[in-house]
Amino acid sequence: MHKTRASAPVASRFPELRRRGFLAAAGGVAGVGALTLAGCTGGSASSEAAAEEDGKPRRGGRLRAAFAGGGAGETLDPHLSSLFSDVARAKALFDKLADYGPDLSAQPRLAASWESDAGLKRWTVTLREAEFHDGRPVTAEDVLYSYRRIADPEQAFRAKASLEPIDLEASRALDARTVEFVLKRPTAEFPNVLAAFGAYIVPEGPQDFDTKPVGSGPFRFISFAPGRSAVFARNDAYWEGAPHLDELEIVVANEESARINALLGGQVEYAHELNPTTARAHEGKGRIEIVRLRNSAMQAFVMKTDRPPFDDQRVREAFFLIADRRELVDGALSGAGEVGNDLFGKGYEYYAADLPQREQDLDRARALLKEAGAENLKVTLDTSPVASGFTEAATIFRDQAAEAGVTITVKTGSKDSYWKDILDSGTFASYRSGAMPIEAHISQRLLTDSTTNATKWQHEDFDALYRQAQSTQDKEERAAVYARMQRRLHAEGGFLIWGFGDWIIGTARTVRGVASKAPANSLDWARFDKVWLA
Amino acid sequence: MSGVRSWVVRRLLLGLGQTAAVVLLVFALTEALPGDAAVVLAGDQPDPDRIAAIREAMELDRPAHERLLDWAAGLLHGDFGTSLVSDRPVSTYLADGFGPTLLLAGLTVALLVPTGVGLGVLAARHEGRFVDRLVSSTTLGVYAVPEFAFGVLLITVFALRLGWLPPTAVGYGTDLLGHPAALVLPVVVLLSRPVCSLARLVRAGMIDALDSPYVAHARRYGLSGVRLRYAHALPNAVAPAAQQLARTIDWLLGGVIVVEALFVIPGLGTVLINAVAERDVPVVQGLAVVFGLSTVVLNLGADLVTHRLTPRAGVAA
Repeated sequence: MHKTRASAPVASRFPELRRRGFLAAAGGVAGVGALTLAGCTGGSASSEAAAEEDGKPRRGGRLRAAFAGGGAGETLDPHLSSLFSDVARAKALFDKLADYGPDLSAQPRLAASWESDAGLKRWTVTLREAEFHDGRPVTAEDVLYSYRRIADPEQAFRAKASLEPIDLEASRALDARTVEFVLKRPTAEFPNVLAAFGAYIVPEGPQDFDTKPVGSGPFRFISFAPGRSAVFARNDAYWEGAPHLDELEIVVANEESARINALLGGQVEYAHELNPTTARAHEGKGRIEIVRLRNSAMQAFVMKTDRPPFDDQRVREAFFLIADRRELVDGALSGAGEVGNDLFGKGYEYYAADLPQREQDLDRARALLKEAGAENLKVTLDTSPVASGFTEAATIFRDQAAEAGVTITVKTGSKDSYWKDILDSGTFASYRSGAMPIEAHISQRLLTDSTTNATKWQHEDFDALYRQAQSTQDKEERAAVYARMQRRLHAEGGFLIWGFGDWIIGTARTVRGVASKAPANSLDWARFDKVWLA
Repeated sequence: MSGVRSWVVRRLLLGLGQTAAVVLLVFALTEALPGDAAVVLAGDQPDPDRIAAIREAMELDRPAHERLLDWAAGLLHGDFGTSLVSDRPVSTYLADGFGPTLLLAGLTVALLVPTGVGLGVLAARHEGRFVDRLVSSTTLGVYAVPEFAFGVLLITVFALRLGWLPPTAVGYGTDLLGHPAALVLPVVVLLSRPVCSLARLVRAGMIDALDSPYVAHARRYGLSGVRLRYAHALPNAVAPAAQQLARTIDWLLGGVIVVEALFVIPGLGTVLINAVAERDVPVVQGLAVVFGLSTVVLNLGADLVTHRLTPRAGVAA
């Protein structure tokens, strides 16, 4: 698979667009498990577990990590992060108030604790004692400055939509290490906002991020050449304990074959984003280690529920039943993943794991189509090589649909503008998503006023359920509401979610402490302060 | 000679016009591509409000002709404008990408001319015999292998199996000269096909020239074989090769993306690919100017060389 792509015409050699496809913001409104998490201490269970398996960490050394990058336009401004390489650099230099654990629940980071008032509209966040690389303490004013910078209406920072629930005019610093956030509406999942993609804390005042970035992260800045490399050194004063590595260099190699070759040739010790075929070729061969981050990339088709033929619930159900998910995972993801059950967030907090796994049932699908008067249905499936596996999945599904008497025409569109093209046009399209909390998936994609509602799922009662969840303090009660929403989506939603792809990383045999239970975009993914060289 | 001078001036003026036309065409085509920089930047979060805000920040909401005129006015002062994506000057993009590309192109050409001409002459001297067949079949065979496949093959054998050379230049940035070993495989890949086409052209030209009446005449005068071959036949054989060489240098200066991607060398090809994918119009236009001018100058140079080697072919604007 990789070979064909690599030797394809020039246009397919910019993985950054595939990559860009994979960035996942936790935008929209948000927050999970707020009160129950208050007072948790930082540090993540999985990285510590990994550390135990690998023996006692050794200090020292330089780790070179290869990522696909964004070319000469790259920046170290953490609020402009959009690619995986951006985030890897941002999390070396900066911290967020919270970040996502392995199940995408918010874990405290620079925030030591948080609590809300009974109405869930006023949140008090206490900062831990931490300092920026220039020795200044991280204060409540820095937090407010950072969030106001992101929310600047003149700018288009990605996290702006995620911070939307906060009324930044009314929010204030109670003392040096306490921030009071005033929200526009009850938001039980407010900690998700603190963990949002790109919501990094920077010191107050203007700074030149590309020549001398100052953050509070585990590494200090040494040098940066956009599109080539960024070098960082251990921050001995890091609040969570100094990293084991002396130095970290993040290098850019856009071609997957170059990343694996550089790893095999000893030029880097960590290669991000490998193909399943590459992984299979090297797994267990002893030359390099392969780490699979499960549940990292949702793979789906979206059906526009507001127009024929998918405005008929029976047609949607028939399509759910047409999919042979195992075949899709094996064919389009080369087996590197697991099957989906038409619900987002397998393995994440609040996931409705008790719903029965949907299987292919062509007879029932045919009967449903007949009932709906949609025999000999013809549908156009929009797809694009914007994410790996898209075009393969489209042709596999076309053949599966043919068995149920549905004629699907696969239409391949431009990868650069794909996401905008399918947002409002067409009826049926390939879709994917990176990891984010289930609540964020709902708020960004499934409410009447969601900004990227590709299934056109617009139901007053569903919106009301979401508001109810966000106004419910008790976590179990909230989980019950999420379960109701998911049951409905499972029965008649517009997302045909057939699988979840692994995110594959290769490391040199000397590298230890790389967390494997860390979906891409979560705290422990691309986290180099816990890594060491044996 | 004044005829040649006015011809050169006319060619340069024409070249400027051609470059302007290329820039216009590139601008129009980039505008015609689906989606603009704002849409690309928004990626999988195509929130209409956000796209509108990005568009405004990039000033993409202004009419296309205004943006083009502004950019052209800046160009007259030597200002290539700033990138839409990063707000950095386009000239730094060009300067950063030009170093590695120039280094690779220079090394390749320095090796290409002696190897290509040498092989061509060698084959021509042994026309129809074993050496000729060996050279011809090898060059034809290598020519048939695409750069990407050849590169992968070389990396697998010489870098990963034998461990003689580094597989990529990752992390070396612009300091490629500090790591000469990393340059070996890329240059070999870049050389592979041009050497073959050059050698075949020289061989054919040599054979024609050696068969020509004027060489036969020179031979009747009793000139030595060496002088015949190198002073009389070779210039005629090299004339067509000069044109081919100009095209090859042009190709190299454009940044050979296959090689840059495979070996992680951030040259002009990488800059171009990224800029087009991001719809970073000012960067694309800057590159179009550079590529246009280098094509014009190289072709002019090739014509002048041809003119010197074979004056009677004459020149035509």
